[in-house]
Amino acid sequence: MKKLLSHLDWLESEAIHIMREVAGQCSNPVLLFSGGKDSLCLLRIAEKAFRPGRFPFPMMHIDTGHNYPEVINFRDKKVRDLGERLIVASLEDSMKNGSIVLKSNDEPRNKYQSITLLEAIEEHGFDCCIGGARRDEEKARAKERIMSFRDEFGQWDPKNQRPELWDLYNAKVHKGENIRAFPISNWTEMDVWQYIEREKLELPDIYFAHQREIVRRDNSIVPITNVTPLKENEVVEKIMVRFRTVGDITCTAPVESDADTVEKIILETASTSISERGATRLDDQVSEASMEQRKKEGYF
Amino acid sequence: MKKVTNNTVLRFMTCGSVDDGKSTVIGRLLFDTKTILTDTLSQIEKTSKKKGMTEVDLSLITDGLQAEREQGITIDVAYRYFSTGKRKYIIADAPGHEQYTRNMVTAASTAQLAIILIDARKGILTQTKRHTYLAKLLGIKHVIVAVNKMDLINYDENQYNSICEDYKEFEKNISPLSSPININFLPISALKGDMIVDRGNSMEWYHGATLLQLLEDLDTSKDIKESSLRFPIQYVCRPRESVNKELHDFRAFMGRIESGLLKVNDKVKVLPSGRESVIKEIRIGEQQIEEAIPEQSITVSLADEIDISRGDMLVHQSDSVGAIKNFTGMVCWFAEEPLAPNRTYLIMHTTQASKAKITSINYKINIQTLDSEEVSKLQTNDIANISFKLAQPLVVDNYIENRGTGAFIIVDESTFHTVGAGMIELLD
Repeated sequence: MKKLLSHLDWLESEAIHIMREVAGQCSNPVLLFSGGKDSLCLLRIAEKAFRPGRFPFPMMHIDTGHNYPEVINFRDKKVRDLGERLIVASLEDSMKNGSIVLKSNDEPRNKYQSITLLEAIEEHGFDCCIGGARRDEEKARAKERIMSFRDEFGQWDPKNQRPELWDLYNAKVHKGENIRAFPISNWTEMDVWQYIEREKLELPDIYFAHQREIVRRDNSIVPITNVTPLKENEVVEKIMVRFRTVGDITCTAPVESDADTVEKIILETASTSISERGATRLDDQVSEASMEQRKKEGYF
Repeated sequence: MKKVTNNTVLRFMTCGSVDDGKSTVIGRLLFDTKTILTDTLSQIEKTSKKKGMTEVDLSLITDGLQAEREQGITIDVAYRYFSTGKRKYIIADAPGHEQYTRNMVTAASTAQLAIILIDARKGILTQTKRHTYLAKLLGIKHVIVAVNKMDLINYDENQYNSICEDYKEFEKNISPLSSPININFLPISALKGDMIVDRGNSMEWYHGATLLQLLEDLDTSKDIKESSLRFPIQYVCRPRESVNKELHDFRAFMGRIESGLLKVNDKVKVLPSGRESVIKEIRIGEQQIEEAIPEQSITVSLADEIDISRGDMLVHQSDSVGAIKNFTGMVCWFAEEPLAPNRTYLIMHTTQASKAKITSINYKINIQTLDSEEVSKLQTNDIANISFKLAQPLVVDNYIENRGTGAFIIVDESTFHTVGAGMIELLD
């Protein structure tokens, strides 16, 4: 008898295994949940890994305060439907207590998420954060472990990572240190969409093509919002767009698209010529090594 | 509408150094399968120009971290992805230099196939032997020997044939001999793109498959061992919900099948305790299934209430395997600090962990000559045969027969670093 798992079954099975290793090895893990498509895949995997039991960890959202309301509403509905616990750690709180000082009020807040995340880790004593990062996203991610060790300051040291062999994961840490676990490390953007289609996962509306007021700035499409207002002499356009990633408003740009179903998005993903982050993450374009730099400072 | 599908996953590694054009081969595979998107390409075009090159340097596609670019070296294993519609591929891209034995071992641990690169001008080198040895040691069953830079020897068929003959000759003598491997040869020029994805028109004398075709057609189904069930318990689910009475006494056992088949109504026992029961139900999430196959993560419930916890192993009642407290294995040492024979280490194996003492270091492999040598000290990148005594009994198999239950890692009890990895060799 010859049997092999399909690629989605294999990826799902690996992700379930990783999540259960976290639950088996760590004493106080947490799952980072943003309402985005990758973390929604994580939630389905957690259901398959732990039901009929409860999740052996709470969920946590690092809230920059710059969110699309659709995403926050979706996040809250999802948490209610699952009957699990959500912790919201907010950048506004870090700003109030003085640990985050913005250079200017409209500055992108993505890089400050690390500070709030590290504060929340310390406050709750988490020894592991499960995240939805993928190795195909970015070249610094391509070299990161599935269970990635971070020191007391949340720092990632790319030159001194723990070797990771077979499916044997070493999640041991001392007090104050932690592990970032990435169950969908081996997934690509296409795998994520195919999984969403297969599992019929619900997503926030902004992932699907819709009409939106935008302005074109340097090769990017910038949506007009209260934190990204129109500048002088700029022309507003109303076009069909969708978001490929969902994050802080100030650093997430939509792409022009008519794809209003998962099936159409899959076809569009198959024929696209621009990478996910290249198209939509304004923060990665600053320098060739910016993700690597942020990760060294404690980013997801 | 066209459907996008991938049937299976194939994980492979590439062995070679920068000089063999390893990065160019990977870059070419990704480029010609249209995995490289415009923005990435324009970035490497910019970098190529900055370096004063006239053509786009495809090796830059696999260019890694800032820290590596600064030093002009590859430090670590990188994982890359492409898919063809037929298969999803995961490439483990490991630096090939001898100082990086540990990286090659790491990359090989999850690979089903290794591409071994040979520079057509140089033929078989010491590193070719080292790469072949490590691939076999780590239980890789399929090898593709790609003779690269054919353009630099005018695509000479005779020279290619003699390299293939040389390889066949020395491979026969490379241990571990117990694992027969399936070897394919092909001539390529990664720089020009010949025989990677497209055939090109410089080697009409070669009638075999291109590199991509070899990958697409490889049959990996027989690599999966189905004969003896090994189901390590990873997590025990006890909902104990008072609201839902049905769930109050519910207990389920979760884990991933390492080998063998598990069916509903199978008679099973738990090791090391030896307690017996029958499989009542197998699930993946909500979905009930009749039979689970290797690599599937499942949730199982049993007919009887017996005590099972993480680290236990479920096997069939008819299986004579038992848990043991002594074994010998080939160990690759990763840590900067040498192995301290008097210390206690932690061994992690399947979902179990045990304290372990070293009873003897039997011999070391000279990674240049592949001969066995006497050894007193084990240092970074060394490979040695070591015997251990364990505090907890473990259910183990010969690595060469069962990767899942034959592999272990060694963890330093005070730093918690992963300091080594090993492959169990059981004596009959």
